[in-house]
Amino acid sequence: MSHSATAAGSGDSSRHGLRIFLIWLPLAIVADLLIWFAWYPHMAPGRMSDQAQGQQFDIAVMAMLAAPVLLFVWVYFAYALIVWRRRAGDDEDGEPIHGNTRIQATWITATAVIVLGLFVFGTVELIVPAGAGAGEGPAPSWRPNTTDILQVQVIGQQWAFTYRFPQFGGFESTQLELPVGQQVQFNVTSLDVIHSFWPYLLGVKADANPGVNNVAFAKPQELGRFVIRCNELCGIWHGAMFDYGRVVTPAAFQVWARGMQAREARIGLLRDLPPYALTYDPTVIPQLGQDLIKVAGITGANGYYYPSQFQSGDPGDPVSP
Amino acid sequence: MAGPNRVRCARRVEARWWLVSVPVRVVTLLVAFALVVVGAVYVVAHFIVANPPTVDYTHAASGGVVNVVLQEDPQNNSSSRPDWVSYFVMKPGANPNLQSSWVHTTLFSVPANTRVNMTIYGYDGCTPPRNNFWAEVSGTIGNVIAFQQFKDTNKPMGPVHVTPTLNGWSHCAVGHTFAIPSLHLFVPVGSPNASASLCSSSPCVAGPFTLQKFSFMTPPHSGEYRWQCFVPCGGGFVDGNGGPMQTLGYMTGQMTVVGS
Repeated sequence: MSHSATAAGSGDSSRHGLRIFLIWLPLAIVADLLIWFAWYPHMAPGRMSDQAQGQQFDIAVMAMLAAPVLLFVWVYFAYALIVWRRRAGDDEDGEPIHGNTRIQATWITATAVIVLGLFVFGTVELIVPAGAGAGEGPAPSWRPNTTDILQVQVIGQQWAFTYRFPQFGGFESTQLELPVGQQVQFNVTSLDVIHSFWPYLLGVKADANPGVNNVAFAKPQELGRFVIRCNELCGIWHGAMFDYGRVVTPAAFQVWARGMQAREARIGLLRDLPPYALTYDPTVIPQLGQDLIKVAGITGANGYYYPSQFQSGDPGDPVSP
Repeated sequence: MAGPNRVRCARRVEARWWLVSVPVRVVTLLVAFALVVVGAVYVVAHFIVANPPTVDYTHAASGGVVNVVLQEDPQNNSSSRPDWVSYFVMKPGANPNLQSSWVHTTLFSVPANTRVNMTIYGYDGCTPPRNNFWAEVSGTIGNVIAFQQFKDTNKPMGPVHVTPTLNGWSHCAVGHTFAIPSLHLFVPVGSPNASASLCSSSPCVAGPFTLQKFSFMTPPHSGEYRWQCFVPCGGGFVDGNGGPMQTLGYMTGQMTVVGS
């Protein structure tokens, strides 16, 4: 290193550290304030449910932790480029460094605190309701502290979600309406391949697996419309497997649900649906008691799956009721 | 001494027999490269981005109404997969009793903000839907369909039923469904008498069938709307999910809504 470079670049190493710290500290404070007050209120997934709000808080905390780390790297990088850059005529190597206990201890301590802090924060946030929207499987480790829970079954099939409401006679619908302020338990399953129920504005994303009941919780807290997407590649129309749900007032929900229940009872659909269950065997038609897979294929059935009385040549009355 | 020299010369000649000039090698490489490119373009054009034809119903509309006619058959006879179940679309205003009236496609276009009077000839046998919720008719005007079984052309087996449901579990009643999910249009399509011999030559113009009619409104704006069958109709594939159920031109398609 040349004499001039040595004078500009080395000097007292603690002064470099102090300078870097003094440059970094206000930047980190400004960045965190901007994140908390300007960005956090608008972060995805919003505050349409308690789950979404919890996830928004988690993301904000992560961003506030990450921003100072990122800024430190950038500040150090810029400082090094400017202060320790190669000067004209400087063709020497840098001075060898043989350990610096203070830097090592600071580095290990800071990184350990950050990683362990994230571990504790993440674990706590997963255990408390913030993780309940992600689908906890058939035996959820966290349950809301109330018995007033609206049960909604989500059934994935190529390529649409349908919803059953067991507390309203088990009616089924292609539309999803939820009452604001009501704790909801989503029981997510599938009738064919793997899907994923993802109303992201509610902070819910739960895989829909055939033969499995995947439980997720959310409590809507804002009125409005939310998008529902499938988040698991499930065939040609996976990309088009989306719809909209609505969070409505409790009174409007009651009107809608009672109306759906009454209509499906009136046209006989409630009678034609299978009994409500947490999962359904897609290979068996309960009323017929036949295994669809073991008989001659699935399509062009020409009556293969039906009892003999329906193959006698008597067309009967195919219309129900 | 002469013996070993002759052997070396012979080896040199033997080693060179395959050598060709630089221009020939360059031309060979360019030709091979061009063949690969042409092959890739052919595959992309004919197998990946190629679509079946679109039947244009936009000019057939009159007074805010357009009549669209489909049929679903147990086979198609007109493709590399003749055994796949398939929908056909009729040319606007054509005679449904002529095979030449039907196009092997599932793509059709209709005008926006128009009442579609849909007629579906159901020639395929019955298959129970995986979810009997699809027995419900929804999204049509009045949330009903008009449904009638025929032994053959002009030979009805009973009266016209106007019904909000068609139960495919308790009766051999449902062959497929016609659904446009984004419009919340879900319609079970009836099947003919289960014991009768189904039409075996597509497009079907003879044999037992169901005639089904319903109406719905197209959206006010242009757009592409996928439609599909919710019965697991991919015979020979795992759980009936593949093949015709996932292929444009067979049991899934697109309705193009054209704005004015």
